[in-house]
Amino acid sequence: MNFKLIAKRLSFLVLVIWAASTIVFFVPRLSPRNALRERFAELARSGGFAPGDIEKLIANMNQQFGLDKPLLEQYWTYLGNIVRMDFGYSLNRYPATVTDIISQALPWTFFLLLFTTILSFIIGNLLGAISAWPKSPRWLRGIATPFVLLTGVPPVIMGVLLLFFIGFRLKLLPLGGPYSIGIVPNWSWEFALDVLRHQMLPALALILGSVGGWVLSMRGMGVTIQGEDYVNFAEHKGLTGGRIFRDYYLRNTLLPQVTGLALALGTLVTSALVVEQLFGLPGLGQVLNNAIRSNDFPVIYGIVLFITIAIAVLMAVLEFIYPLLDPRVRNQ
Amino acid sequence: MNLATTENASSRNAAAAAGPILRVEDLVVTYYTDLGRARALDNVSFTLEAGMKMGMVGESGSGKSTLALAMMRMIKPPGRIEGGHVWVGGTDLQSLNDEGMRKARLSKIAYIPQGAMNSLNPVTRIGEQMVDAIKSHLSGESRQAINDRCVWALKSVDLDPGVFHMYAHELSGGMKQRVCIAIGILLRPEVIIADEPTSALDVVTQRQVMETIDKVQDELNSAVILIGHDMGLMAQTMDRVAVMYAGRLVEVATVREMFTDPKHPYSQALISSLPTLENRGQFKGIPGLAPSLLRLPSGCAFHPRCPLASDRSRSEKPKVNVLPGGRLVACHIYDQES
Repeated sequence: MNFKLIAKRLSFLVLVIWAASTIVFFVPRLSPRNALRERFAELARSGGFAPGDIEKLIANMNQQFGLDKPLLEQYWTYLGNIVRMDFGYSLNRYPATVTDIISQALPWTFFLLLFTTILSFIIGNLLGAISAWPKSPRWLRGIATPFVLLTGVPPVIMGVLLLFFIGFRLKLLPLGGPYSIGIVPNWSWEFALDVLRHQMLPALALILGSVGGWVLSMRGMGVTIQGEDYVNFAEHKGLTGGRIFRDYYLRNTLLPQVTGLALALGTLVTSALVVEQLFGLPGLGQVLNNAIRSNDFPVIYGIVLFITIAIAVLMAVLEFIYPLLDPRVRNQ
Repeated sequence: MNLATTENASSRNAAAAAGPILRVEDLVVTYYTDLGRARALDNVSFTLEAGMKMGMVGESGSGKSTLALAMMRMIKPPGRIEGGHVWVGGTDLQSLNDEGMRKARLSKIAYIPQGAMNSLNPVTRIGEQMVDAIKSHLSGESRQAINDRCVWALKSVDLDPGVFHMYAHELSGGMKQRVCIAIGILLRPEVIIADEPTSALDVVTQRQVMETIDKVQDELNSAVILIGHDMGLMAQTMDRVAVMYAGRLVEVATVREMFTDPKHPYSQALISSLPTLENRGQFKGIPGLAPSLLRLPSGCAFHPRCPLASDRSRSEKPKVNVLPGGRLVACHIYDQES
């Protein structure tokens, strides 16, 4: 990988972030809704405001947030703020900043997503590779089938089923929440274990639904690769089955799957947000949901923008990893 | 039956000494397809001495590649090896267990693949693909010894040892083919089977590859079987030519005998179909088509296309006759002579 390629990819990343920020900036301004006005109208309904006061308050607020300035000037200020990762203040929880709110919720979403994505990628691809490999034992091939059957069950439905059977009927795992009520968060093994127990069902809901997809695409790929001349020649060379499977078959079947992972990231984030909500985890999903309900526009835009940037960065990272896996794209 | 059974007992004992390095006896391979049984190899027997090069020719589907795969015991379902022996030195490959056969591949009998263009793993370096071949046979080999072996093999096929650190996509077609040959000779096998090693190459590169095979054979004194369609190439480079038709070996003769005096009617038709400088513009093909292995003609499979077919050809499968000089011909015409 050369310097020029890295520079090219990074500038593309900046371009994506700029485009996303611009869309997030202009689209709400095209809408006739006014966050401040709606906010004060709501307050006014609970009484104690004269109509003239509200206009004054709005004008005051507009000035304070710089909303009375020309659009272009607002845009430049906004871009400057984005660079500093400053998404403004939450209307609902003022004076908390959007960045504060996101960074508080982020760990929950990040670790849930990280582990479920990695686990389902590994499990799904391994099972897919095994089920397409003609020499794998029959019982091992059978493991993939239930996962394939579960493909397409939305993670939310899966979550409800898991909650009902494992959480409610069998009482094996807690029904929801980030950790048990009454425990004060601290750095102890006990607390960590408690959090882990609460993460099991949401993680399972996400993994069960997504493993099958990897199995199917990997199996298709595996059938193609096992007929390749280099896999045959590897057997002619007298290599052991395990080595052929690992170095000749698996390594080549994984290449398109890594691309698939980059493409799947977006969907994964979305389903994670919904599942979090279902299990009452205080992650980005819950924050986003609350923000939408209370018209907390800065938080909504902040999260949308943040997720866009995160996915763009992850895709760029995967793209940097790809040449390490496939030498053929190294010099392009 | 044929030659193999008559000679079996005597030659088996002799083989251990100075006899042929490779003896294929009554090899039978059947493919069980949805349309029926296809006998892809029908009692194929021949022998080959160390240092000899034998060309294997025949139409597509005549069983050349199946023979190579059967010798490597690499026939995959729905195909099955249903009988016969492949003796390399004193070992019957058919009697080995799977692990024994895995070890025999490359170390006793090596295969140089047909599609050399795609026969190298695209994501690992050439060196890794040579090293893993050595390591899976010689686990106790030192790092230095492994390295020396790779350098020797690459030099033997006239490649720069720097190729060791390269990837397949960085090599030309001829270089890839030579890498495959280098891998094939890593463990100094007694028998090398090259399945159309030159089919995807231009004539200049073809010649280089053939010279490479020649050279490594001189060095190793292996027996070489070259599978191909190119009669010109066979005439130039082989010692002996075997002709296959519909899963049977119909004739084995030295190159000179084959091209000047082919005995089997199919070989005769094959040789006379070759274009010559004298009769330009005239092309003499063989009438008819190769039969489907699912519906082989009765008796001699060639009889519907054979100008010399008799009633006996239609009803009785010809056995392999041994003519003076050790030529093998499977045709009723020569039944009295042998």
